[in-house]
Amino acid sequence: MGARVNTAAAGTANWVDERTSIGGFVKFFARKLFPDHWSFMLGEIALYSFVVLLLSGVFLTAFFVPSMTIVEYDGPLATMKGVEMSEAFASTLHMSFEVPGGLLMRQIHHWSALLFTAAIVTHMARVFFTGAFRKPRELNWLVGFTLMILSLAAGFSGYSLPDDVLSGNGLRIIEGVTRSVPIVGEYISYWIFGGEFPGEILIPRLFTMHVLLVPGLILVLVALHLFLVFLHKHTQYPGGGRKDTNVVGLPLFPVYTAKAGGFFFVVFGVIALVAAIFTINPVWNYGPYDPSPVSAGTQPDWYILFVDGALRLMPGWLFDVIPMEWEFWGYTLSLNILTPALILPGLFFGFLALYPWIEAWATGDRGEKHVLDRPRNAPVRTGIGVALISFYVILVMEGSNDIIANLFHLSLNDLTYFFRIGIFVIPVLAFWITRRLAIGLQRKDRELVLHGKETGRIVRHEHGEYQEVHEPLTDQERWVLVSYDDIAPLEIEPEYNDRGVRRKGYRWDRFKQRLSRLYFEKRISPVTPEELAEAQHAHH
Amino acid sequence: MNALARHRYHRAAPVVLVLLLLALITGVAAAVSTASSADAATATTAEDAAEGQKLFAANCASCHGLDATGTDGVAPSLVGVGAAAVDFQVGTGRMPMQSSGPQAIAKRTQFSEEEISQLAAYVASLGAGPAIPTAEQVDPELGDAAKGMELFRTNCAMCHGSVGGGGALTQGKYAPNLWETTPTHIYEAMLTGPQSMPVFNDANITPEGKRDIIAYLKAQDEGSPGGLRLGTIGPVAEGMWGWLVALGLIIASTVWIGARSS
Repeated sequence: MGARVNTAAAGTANWVDERTSIGGFVKFFARKLFPDHWSFMLGEIALYSFVVLLLSGVFLTAFFVPSMTIVEYDGPLATMKGVEMSEAFASTLHMSFEVPGGLLMRQIHHWSALLFTAAIVTHMARVFFTGAFRKPRELNWLVGFTLMILSLAAGFSGYSLPDDVLSGNGLRIIEGVTRSVPIVGEYISYWIFGGEFPGEILIPRLFTMHVLLVPGLILVLVALHLFLVFLHKHTQYPGGGRKDTNVVGLPLFPVYTAKAGGFFFVVFGVIALVAAIFTINPVWNYGPYDPSPVSAGTQPDWYILFVDGALRLMPGWLFDVIPMEWEFWGYTLSLNILTPALILPGLFFGFLALYPWIEAWATGDRGEKHVLDRPRNAPVRTGIGVALISFYVILVMEGSNDIIANLFHLSLNDLTYFFRIGIFVIPVLAFWITRRLAIGLQRKDRELVLHGKETGRIVRHEHGEYQEVHEPLTDQERWVLVSYDDIAPLEIEPEYNDRGVRRKGYRWDRFKQRLSRLYFEKRISPVTPEELAEAQHAHH
Repeated sequence: MNALARHRYHRAAPVVLVLLLLALITGVAAAVSTASSADAATATTAEDAAEGQKLFAANCASCHGLDATGTDGVAPSLVGVGAAAVDFQVGTGRMPMQSSGPQAIAKRTQFSEEEISQLAAYVASLGAGPAIPTAEQVDPELGDAAKGMELFRTNCAMCHGSVGGGGALTQGKYAPNLWETTPTHIYEAMLTGPQSMPVFNDANITPEGKRDIIAYLKAQDEGSPGGLRLGTIGPVAEGMWGWLVALGLIIASTVWIGARSS
């Protein structure tokens, strides 16, 4: 039996190979080496939840009607009997309550959307904190960044499709934000909505964007993203024998194909489990869209919540004295909307997108890097990352301020005042504390390399002295702790030459030196072989 | 023994007798209690008002004043608030107030049904005000949940949330969750506007409309067709569960898969 199956498989493979010469590619891919670490699977979570999104999305398109034509509901839901609603909302109710398995599919789709965005952010954080964006991978960081932005577009356009009160309120905010753009804002808003909000063409437009444009772009960029991973080869964590010039790992076939294939079912399984147990986006609670009502607890999905938070955080009047809304020659400049909803996300995302170049420029370190940094060995970068996260989390919490106030019996106003100060103070504190912790951990590593591990065994020497026995690290352990770059801060030429003439460009050089010092002045150098020999000598 | 006697001394006879007796007691008690509550809702006597005044003097007068005209900055006058306001405030345990704070908190009721109706009778005797609604006025079975949904969305959801799960107001005040509130108390709250709530008089929302709203809120008892509701507080809860449960479980499994490696 086994022999016959093998012959059949070999025959088929041969048949295909003789007609396509695919054997060479298969061999190349199957032998491609990948280093192993659990954190390298975070991007896979995003990929697999995207596959689940495509599968469940195809099912939903079979029942969803992207139309804003008004119909009267006559389905099984008692609380909607005879209510006027758009066909989009009616078809969403129809697929939830009358199509077998429809509600489960909707919930699978929505939960995987939340997971998709969450996994992208987590993957991005892993790449950031380990320095995997450095040369030659800056372009791939940018591709990944664009994918993250596209995932927000995919999520928001999908969230708005059912045409319920909750998502309609979200669109109303988007309309307001669009209008806050000076001079052209109103034209753009009219162009998007085909006239006054909400108009009658938005849902079909969003539908095209949601099922065709955005997923198409995501597919292309995912292909590019993975191609670049193949091209650059995967990064690896520091460890025995691992260098910038090699890859230590296992071939794609059979271990990773089995792991990755199985992992798809883990991801699908968890999504299906969560979707089967927990309600998500109960549009039947919110009701069909009507521009007048806004209910308490109106928030966007988590990945847009930071914009909502920024809007809630922004005062209309600065210190109750300076108005944030001005009128010039008949044009209104709404800084109270423009700043939190467009300028702030623009700066935040801009900084994130350009960080590979910012860091290379600030540190002057432009070498090719294939071995990852342990976050502690790049204290400033780690500090910046934690500061960015804390900034983002404050915005998300401010976006949820009414929920937090209600659950914890706090005053809504006090929370907002707290976050208004916190948004400036907490990221700075987070940066400082994180950098301190990283440096502390580096010192601990140095101590370990020099003096070994404490064993807890106390020995009394012949002359009466008590000493704890330290066990030296193995070569493998030591490799991890000492293999990182040791870069000294930038040295610059003095301001005046020996004849007392002031040098041109000194100020710029001094600025670059300050940046370099920020990164490297407090560095802890890895233990050198000489230091190690000396320390071991001292022990004996 | 003849047939009758054998029958009379059947083994199950004592059990049947006890059950019959219990049924009789329950029936009488139920009849008496519904009769008394119906009385309370419809007719109160001057005697009740007199009893109510005594209760008022002992439990409420320290803030509202002996003549119930209120104290400036402490408690409002109760002249003309009607029996409905008393039944709501005392019946949900909000009054007597435990401590001063952003708003009175609902807690265990301090008085019996009878005492509450006596207090209500006393306050109602001070001046004309809204009466306690009848059982028919608040029966969710007679309401239209779909009409209630539309009324609720336009008038109530901005504070109480889309299905009455509750929500925050300014300065620590809040609109409470409405799922445990009895139909009568919901009706009375609309009629009298307790705390920060506006008054929805009969010109604003008709008595039928109020009943429709009650029908809509009671329709929430059936739970969510989608599974557990996560508090019905919207996308914030969903996002948190997405991160903690879905992504948490999956990352735990990546660590597990990663641990079984080379």
